[in-house]
Amino acid sequence: MTEENPRFSEKKLPRTFSGHHGLAHETGLIFEHGREDFTGVDIDPPKEFTPRLGGLERKSPLGLPGLSEPETLRHYVRLSQQNYAIDAGLYPLGSCTMKHNPRLNEKMARLPGFADIHPLQPLYTVQGALELMADLSRWLIELTGTEAVALSPKAGAHGEMCGMMTIKAAISARGEAATRKVVLAPESAHGTNPATAAALGFSVRVIPAGEDGLVHPEAVAAALGPDVAAIMLTNPNTCGLFERDIVEIARLVHEAGAYFYCDGANFNAIVGKVRPGDLGVDAMHINLHKTFSTPHGGGGPGAGPVVLSSRLAPFAPVPFLRRDGDKFVLVEDKEGTQSFGRMAAFHGQMGMFVRALSYILSHGGDGLAMASENAVLSANYIRVCLKDVMSSPFAERLCMHEALFDDHWMKDSGVTVLDFAKAMIDEGIHPMTVYFPLVVHGAMLIEPTESESAAFLEMFIATLRDLAFSVKNGEVERFTGAPYYAPRTRLDETAAARKPVLTYKKPVGEREPNAG
Amino acid sequence: MRYLPLSPTEREDMLTRMGLADIDDLFTDAADKLLKTPLDLPRRKTELEVERALGALAAKNISASAVPFFLGAGAYKHHVPASVDHLIQRSEFLTSYTPYQPEISQGTLQVLFEFQTQVARLTGMEVANASMYDGSTATAEAVLMAHRVTRRRKALLSGGLHPHYAETARTLSDMADDEITILPPDPLAQEDLVSRIDDSLACVVVQSPDVSGHLRDLRPLAAACKAKGVLLVAVVTEILSLGLIESPGAQGADIVVAEGQSIGNGLNFGGPYLGLFATREKYVRQMPGRLCGQTFDSQGRRGFVLTLSTREQHIRREKATSNICTNSGLCALAFSIHLSLLGAKGLRELALVNHANAVALAGEIETIPGVKLLNESFFNEFCIELPGSAAEFVERAATQKLLAGVPVSRLSPGAGLENLLLVASSEINTDDDRAVLIAALREEAAR
Repeated sequence: MTEENPRFSEKKLPRTFSGHHGLAHETGLIFEHGREDFTGVDIDPPKEFTPRLGGLERKSPLGLPGLSEPETLRHYVRLSQQNYAIDAGLYPLGSCTMKHNPRLNEKMARLPGFADIHPLQPLYTVQGALELMADLSRWLIELTGTEAVALSPKAGAHGEMCGMMTIKAAISARGEAATRKVVLAPESAHGTNPATAAALGFSVRVIPAGEDGLVHPEAVAAALGPDVAAIMLTNPNTCGLFERDIVEIARLVHEAGAYFYCDGANFNAIVGKVRPGDLGVDAMHINLHKTFSTPHGGGGPGAGPVVLSSRLAPFAPVPFLRRDGDKFVLVEDKEGTQSFGRMAAFHGQMGMFVRALSYILSHGGDGLAMASENAVLSANYIRVCLKDVMSSPFAERLCMHEALFDDHWMKDSGVTVLDFAKAMIDEGIHPMTVYFPLVVHGAMLIEPTESESAAFLEMFIATLRDLAFSVKNGEVERFTGAPYYAPRTRLDETAAARKPVLTYKKPVGEREPNAG
Repeated sequence: MRYLPLSPTEREDMLTRMGLADIDDLFTDAADKLLKTPLDLPRRKTELEVERALGALAAKNISASAVPFFLGAGAYKHHVPASVDHLIQRSEFLTSYTPYQPEISQGTLQVLFEFQTQVARLTGMEVANASMYDGSTATAEAVLMAHRVTRRRKALLSGGLHPHYAETARTLSDMADDEITILPPDPLAQEDLVSRIDDSLACVVVQSPDVSGHLRDLRPLAAACKAKGVLLVAVVTEILSLGLIESPGAQGADIVVAEGQSIGNGLNFGGPYLGLFATREKYVRQMPGRLCGQTFDSQGRRGFVLTLSTREQHIRREKATSNICTNSGLCALAFSIHLSLLGAKGLRELALVNHANAVALAGEIETIPGVKLLNESFFNEFCIELPGSAAEFVERAATQKLLAGVPVSRLSPGAGLENLLLVASSEINTDDDRAVLIAALREEAAR
């Protein structure tokens, strides 16, 4: 490496005896240090009694190690320290909306009146919970300009499923289930869109994107026909652009007797600014864990309520809320309704509803619009500040809440988008979304959200500019060997998939420590 | 606004640097669709105001800890050690994303690897995934997986399966134009599944303990399924039961799906919960959901990554095994921490206390004339028949500050089972709680 880059000319550091590196601890598996004959929970044994297990007592071993409370805390605290998190730094994952997770939300969700109630208690003992669901519904309906909301879907993809099931039910009610078997989706769609359509027995007809990254009405018109059930469109789209012709597209879709499903993953760009219902959307899921700040938790749980137009509202899944005088009632049985049925046990992700409403009330109508404005402002600021060093297919065009770059500027540098992402890790920043959307070669999709301060935005921009210059200066090793400073260097994903090891097995010839 | 760091001056500066005059200049592509006037919505609230507003709603509900509590039917109240909720609120777990960048996500990934191992061992299977939304959606996914494995499109669901689970599976099957048969409610566990098995079926779905609490011997069923190339899907809605009851895997199940809420997670009015999904190694490539696998880094150190993602929607799109993306990561973490505290010893002891409490309660109920226990076997929940409407009894009891159980008619309306009540008892129930329920039942029987 070049001499101006001291990092790579540093003397080799001494190897530690323990394998730990200062505050960075290595942590064995619980199966390597737990004991099966030990428990960290004190339980008083019951008095003598005669079991009534019908001869089905467990005889096979459990093989589960137990840890004391101090060991447990140490194990999980050390593991946690190997994770990046939004509380620790910028998380600019395009399409994922990693915004700040207010702690007030956590406190509210833990109120016993919400956290400690059973889904099948008599309804008059949970009126406050139903009222909260009704309040959240009103906000979501108002913010989207729609007619109804189905709260039960458990995540975005489940919401997509819900929306598309509602559409299928509406089409069946029109007697066209046998003929309308095609769903239109643009090339740039999230993978869940075609996966959802296929799971419901639809075939997918792909709509090509225009040179400008937008879906053009002509392309939609050409794909429409009497066999089309719906279009699935993300708006703002996965290139970070507002679909300029969305109203015209909606008109064409409706004229052809089809429905307009909008993937709401990018709703954070337009809350309080534009209402999807006003654009002609018939159904849209809302990721409460994106737009409304419920924590991602390392991969869920999410929540994916679906707002519906008046044309689809009657077909919404059970259960749904109904107001009966001053009481709230849950309709749990589809008998006597047009509902397509049930999507999951019970009534949805209540814990997430509380958090989302806490976020919404904190912001108010004014704060929600300002959050979207700041998200869009920050993304555009990044776009403008980086466009001279990185290439973008739509560099001169305003983006919404995420800025898209491609790898054109890295051509023949010997550095790939993946290498670049891994070098960001060394700089203390979680990489942006890479290689998505698929329509752009070597895509890098940056979504800063509204949660970043001006200082952090400047730091991010400066770091990316430094890295970009480093690519241009041919400092290839900085990238191809990255990350150097993470708890692990590059992990072999190919080996993991070739011969999957999905559970812990004790090494051959060894007993698990103290295994009973 | 306390969550938005950009000051008005900074907003102005950033706009100026981009050569824009007004914030709405950023929305030019949407210009004609922008709301002309702000929506008529309440303004922002302080933390204190939000606490008051939501606190008032919470106060209208009767929480399980506040009264003697005997509800189950797929959602169970257990004591969760304080350290569990503390650990899952650590920023690094709570506010991290799906571990797509494994080098800086080893915490989450190692937890998932440990979780998968715990679930596989608990259910007696070879592999488990990194979790699903909940038990009901996991069941629906298991049916779809059985279709893929067997290339058959018919499923048979036991009448002892939780009705919400059966309905969830039916919705998905109907939409995919698959064939599904759901047997009528079976509160006495008398249905004959074995004679209904033939080689047109992809799978048989059976729950144990079933929705009425009966423990079902899966072994004869497993043998019959095996003979016809049918997959046996075993459903467990009270995962704690496996501390005491033989695992579905050891009884011959091909896929085990379960609701994991009981361990580490609260009632939360029905969600978020935790779907568990385990199967045999040979079917792993047909499995839905995320999987974490072991590998090594470029320095040869052990590490973990998400793997076999060629099954998943973000790679395979319309050919994916499932459309699932987000799962229940944080609930899986809570489960894994609680189970690490318990270990085999604690799990067995906790399960035993649950069973002992339920046996004691059942024994006392059997002495009440006019009230009948329907179960010969059970774990921590059973079904009783009252002289009158169970729903009305539950409503009356609630006015007396007693949450007595789940009327079967709530789950299976119109099935003519109005007098049946599901009663669950766990380690949280004291002798006093039990006395309150017994007194209410005696009074009911004497009405």
